[in-house]
Amino acid sequence: MSVLSLSHVSLSYGQPSGTAALPVLKDVTLSLSRGDFVSVIGRSGSGKTSLMNLAAGFLRPTAGQVSIDGRPVTGPGPDRAVVFQDDALFPWRSVVDNVALPLKLAGKPRAEREATARHWLQAVDLAGQEGKHIWQLSGGQRQRVGIARALASGPDFLLMDEPLGALDAMTRDRMHELLLKLWDESHTGALLITHSVEEALFLSTSVVVLAPGPGRISFQEDYDYGRRFIRGEDPRALKSEPGFIAARERLLAAIYEKEAA
Amino acid sequence: MSDSTAETIPAQDRPSRPVKLRLPWGLLLGLATIGGLIAIWALASALGWASPVFLPSPARVWAALNRVAFEGYANATLLAHMGASLWRVFAALFFTMLVGVPVGLIIATSRIGRGILDPLVEFIRPLPPLAYLPLIIIWCGIGEGSKVLVISIAMLAPIVISTVSGVKAANENQIRAARTFGATRAQLIREVMLPAALPSIFTGMRIALGAGWTTLVASELVAATRGLGYMIQSAAQFLVTDMVIAGILVISALATASEILLRWLERRFLPWIGKS
Repeated sequence: MSVLSLSHVSLSYGQPSGTAALPVLKDVTLSLSRGDFVSVIGRSGSGKTSLMNLAAGFLRPTAGQVSIDGRPVTGPGPDRAVVFQDDALFPWRSVVDNVALPLKLAGKPRAEREATARHWLQAVDLAGQEGKHIWQLSGGQRQRVGIARALASGPDFLLMDEPLGALDAMTRDRMHELLLKLWDESHTGALLITHSVEEALFLSTSVVVLAPGPGRISFQEDYDYGRRFIRGEDPRALKSEPGFIAARERLLAAIYEKEAA
Repeated sequence: MSDSTAETIPAQDRPSRPVKLRLPWGLLLGLATIGGLIAIWALASALGWASPVFLPSPARVWAALNRVAFEGYANATLLAHMGASLWRVFAALFFTMLVGVPVGLIIATSRIGRGILDPLVEFIRPLPPLAYLPLIIIWCGIGEGSKVLVISIAMLAPIVISTVSGVKAANENQIRAARTFGATRAQLIREVMLPAALPSIFTGMRIALGAGWTTLVASELVAATRGLGYMIQSAAQFLVTDMVIAGILVISALATASEILLRWLERRFLPWIGKS
């Protein structure tokens, strides 16, 4: 059981000399086990994306530690796959070759990477689109290719930075159900950065609210709507439960807390 | 999950705007400009505004073109002159790519590499070919290699600079994505940076070819027996102005043809340009 943990992590941007460092995150402690689905929400400027960049290893914390099973994270690695807000696909490769790239970089033989890529494309409902060019796909399809590519590398953790932000509402709803299915099948620990309260609430086993200036955890609560959906409950029924609506109000209150100040 | 139609119709299958009678205005304007210039030229020589030695008529230039094509001029036929010049320009492009693209990659990805190579490229970049031509002849002789080298030097900077700017234009998240898959530095360059730089490198090749044709005449100044530049200079020494103009027109036509070839290659092999 792998655990990705951030312990007492602080982050500041700015040159060591000259201008005063700009604090972005302050004393954030968070842990993500395989099988968890943790969402991070907060207003813009609360350091959500910085948090993900720390978990991915793109940034190093100014203080505190990011570690996996006690080993400190020193950079990005194949155990933590990232899904980017802009799909970050490679337009010079076909759909299937995009998904197969992590396996190619890992030195897997051609037949194996082809088979794995096809498997994950099928899992994201893109069977039959393997040979297409990236620019022939819609925004939702591109994000699914990005998710398939992330999962193809067989990661322990799936880190997603507002992957659905640019999609329309109906596409998002379908993507939520797909994400839950993939999370369940891949047994990854998912970390989702989002600005949608409903999305966070429906998908996550735990939602973390970041308060801005500098970003710190102001609220955290555990939920089971995603797991109940996987067990076969109807998503619309789940989202209209009194408990769901009350939880949404608690989260919204936490996000907009002290906004007047 | 099944796709809604709105999500799956790719852009090129959507109904296009209602078909209007659309003339290729750009092309027509270009042809009209060239036609107009030829008409003024013909008029000027017909009315005797300039002596035929200075400005031979279009008909005389056409005759010169036929003469060199079928009988030859300056020891060779037009085809042999064209062949020699084309070989020099494209051999130079080939060797410059072989050197310039790796140099550009090193400058773009390594601070030490940039420190060493950037000043060298910046030193070579503004040099006029006629200035370094004597040095190349003293160092490398008067053989074919020197001629290719002179053209290559003129092509180096566009290739290097376009490679550097292409690599720098690679999307930050594309590079990050490859790094999360555990890409080594070499893999990162081969799988992300180089392909991302290709559109820019192609632009660099087009600029380099332009520089190559510009430098061709200089490179054929010394000890050439074939080549369009040599042909023009031979004609100039005897004031055979119609042949000079014929040579210029052939160079221009070849340069245009190579530009069209590169654009075709770009569309054929880099179809993603401007689409994401």
